[in-house]
Amino acid sequence: MDLDALAGCLSSSACLVTQTTSGFIIGMLLFLVAVGLTLIFGVLKVVNFSHGAFYMFGAYFAMTAYQLTGSFALAMLAGAAGTAILGLVFERVFMSRVYGADVLMQLLVCYAFVLIFDDVVRIIWGPEFKSMGMPSAFQVMPLFIAGGVVPPYYLLLIGVALVAAIVLGIGLSRSRIGKVIRAAAHNPGMVSALGINTGLIYGGVFALGGMLAGLAGALAAPVRSLTPGMGFSVLIESFIVTVIGGMGSILGALIGALLLGLIRSFGSLGFPLFTEGLMYLFMVIVLVSKPTGLFGKEAA
Amino acid sequence: MTRTRTPGISRRSTLALMGAGAMSVAAPWVARAQAKTIKIGMPTILSGRVAQLGTSSRNAVMLEVDKVNAAGGLAGRQIEMVIRDSKGQPQEAARVARELVNTDGCELLIDAEASSGAFAVHEVARDLGVFCIHTNSETSALTADPKQHIPNAFRTARQGVHDSIVGGSYAAAIAKAKGLKKWATCSPDYAYGRDTTGEFTLYLKRFAPEVEIISESWPKLFQPDYTEVVTKILQAKPQALYSCLWGGDLTSYIDQANIYAMFGQMEVFAVNMADYTALTVVKNLPKGIHSGNRYIKSFPATPVNAAWGDAYKAKYNEYPTNWSWENATAIMLMAEAAKKANSADGKKIAEVLKGLTIKCPFGADGTVTMRGDDHTLVGYAIGWGTTIPQEPYVPEIKAGDWKTIFELEAEWKKSKGYT
Repeated sequence: MDLDALAGCLSSSACLVTQTTSGFIIGMLLFLVAVGLTLIFGVLKVVNFSHGAFYMFGAYFAMTAYQLTGSFALAMLAGAAGTAILGLVFERVFMSRVYGADVLMQLLVCYAFVLIFDDVVRIIWGPEFKSMGMPSAFQVMPLFIAGGVVPPYYLLLIGVALVAAIVLGIGLSRSRIGKVIRAAAHNPGMVSALGINTGLIYGGVFALGGMLAGLAGALAAPVRSLTPGMGFSVLIESFIVTVIGGMGSILGALIGALLLGLIRSFGSLGFPLFTEGLMYLFMVIVLVSKPTGLFGKEAA
Repeated sequence: MTRTRTPGISRRSTLALMGAGAMSVAAPWVARAQAKTIKIGMPTILSGRVAQLGTSSRNAVMLEVDKVNAAGGLAGRQIEMVIRDSKGQPQEAARVARELVNTDGCELLIDAEASSGAFAVHEVARDLGVFCIHTNSETSALTADPKQHIPNAFRTARQGVHDSIVGGSYAAAIAKAKGLKKWATCSPDYAYGRDTTGEFTLYLKRFAPEVEIISESWPKLFQPDYTEVVTKILQAKPQALYSCLWGGDLTSYIDQANIYAMFGQMEVFAVNMADYTALTVVKNLPKGIHSGNRYIKSFPATPVNAAWGDAYKAKYNEYPTNWSWENATAIMLMAEAAKKANSADGKKIAEVLKGLTIKCPFGADGTVTMRGDDHTLVGYAIGWGTTIPQEPYVPEIKAGDWKTIFELEAEWKKSKGYT
């Protein structure tokens, strides 16, 4: 425990800027993965344990596209679009068959696919770790804001995730499709009776969730090493985020992810040997005081 | 009531049969010891973040095994390698090691695990009494601590304390020349990271007492994101940083530190950088990182070392790694010991191996020795230099002096209560 370092940081604007930005970077990347997880649970009522694999595929798709084209924008597009298609196919062919099944059965199917997807990546890209490398446009000096250090690439990352959050929030609450999705989440039977294709909605939501995780993977690819199985640790943290925020809540995922990012960022200064533990401790405190999570709704 | 003897099998025969059966269940490698082919079991990491290193261990072993088999085998017995993935998990490494011996009939073990799994496999070797060479674990305690010692286990990996003596004195000389007094450390949170960092700072301070460690970071092994670690180090404003992160963890760390322009703000000493695994994967390799040699075909600068590196590349289309030379050395030593013992029996190989010196491409003077008293490899090429972003990556490596290493290692062992 190093409370002096934490206190010193809290009284320094430079440190506050650096650590807060660092918390946002960690948090926003987690949000992109967690929001897909929470969305799929909210609408499809499936705990998609294979969700981390979409993050992994997003990173590999982006790396391959970047190697082939040298374009960062195309790399991001490949990561997001590729996982959206993968998500749609995966949902239609496999997941749609276990809706309504026992939760244990759903988890087993998802876990089987975690292993299968890892092996697929190993076969296609090889078992060794890969690095996409930072595009030259972002190989620039970091910005110094109030004495704090902020890399331009991370500003882009935070920006993209924020845009995704806003579009998703407005889209679900204001647009017609959003209303249908929310209706399907509450009463799929009624939506179906009105002549709306719920299968299409489910597939679309799964594709959207996969796309968001894939986008997160693509954004992480320039700064993280790529390896089969890389989605697992992200998945665990995303689960913590969704549990803290409340399963099914998009706002909860955003707040949960940001809180977790800030806990990691400032925790590494004050509690360097307990940063991981702090996350779990926070989750326990939230669950004990509000078992449905910060923004979760009580079961009817 | 009179007891009658059951006709057919006598009680003595039954007991003999039961004994033989029990023997074959309890120690099947004994029953199969006379087989012509000798199976060598090898748990290693073939999946996950460090799979490339496990694969390079397997490649190096196969390169040498092919040579041994072509030359007649291990004391006349052809070697069959049985290689299994431990996924880098200690419990899995131990399970696999036990299964290799008990189920697959392996008579010898090559434990190609990182330190996290090596200690687990060591306990299996202790329990089963099977011959075992640890090839990748660099944690000094594995062979330096007498409590760990078993007569049937050896190690061909470099040792953290050797690296730290050479690295500490190298870094201290630079610290003195450049006035680097404030240091930070960032190493993985497990036995190797903790021990090696402690040993490095011990010798850094010994040779440059004015040095002060102002910040320590201990990211967990295979952590995907180092942002909070990078910013923590930047907050501390050290003049120099030491890290023993390795493999994919090191490349992730470099990629993430690069965009904070960290390498321009402090002198960086990353002991595991000078390995082709990291050197060739990092896209924007910063110039001037200080590193210990891992596997570099230009150090030692001898034709045999360069030829070995080229032969490996010709076969596997990539350069070897630090784990490659450590595993190749294990086969070279086993083959020479079996030849001298005229037997592939683990106990006999172990007896001959103690104190054995062989010609080796990776030796500082062209030879390496399996030290008898603690069963660990000495005399291998060890040195430090600075990186450039293209081949030969570390153009000049300052070689460590084994006389100094031996002296300081003896002191260190005494201070730890090992002698």
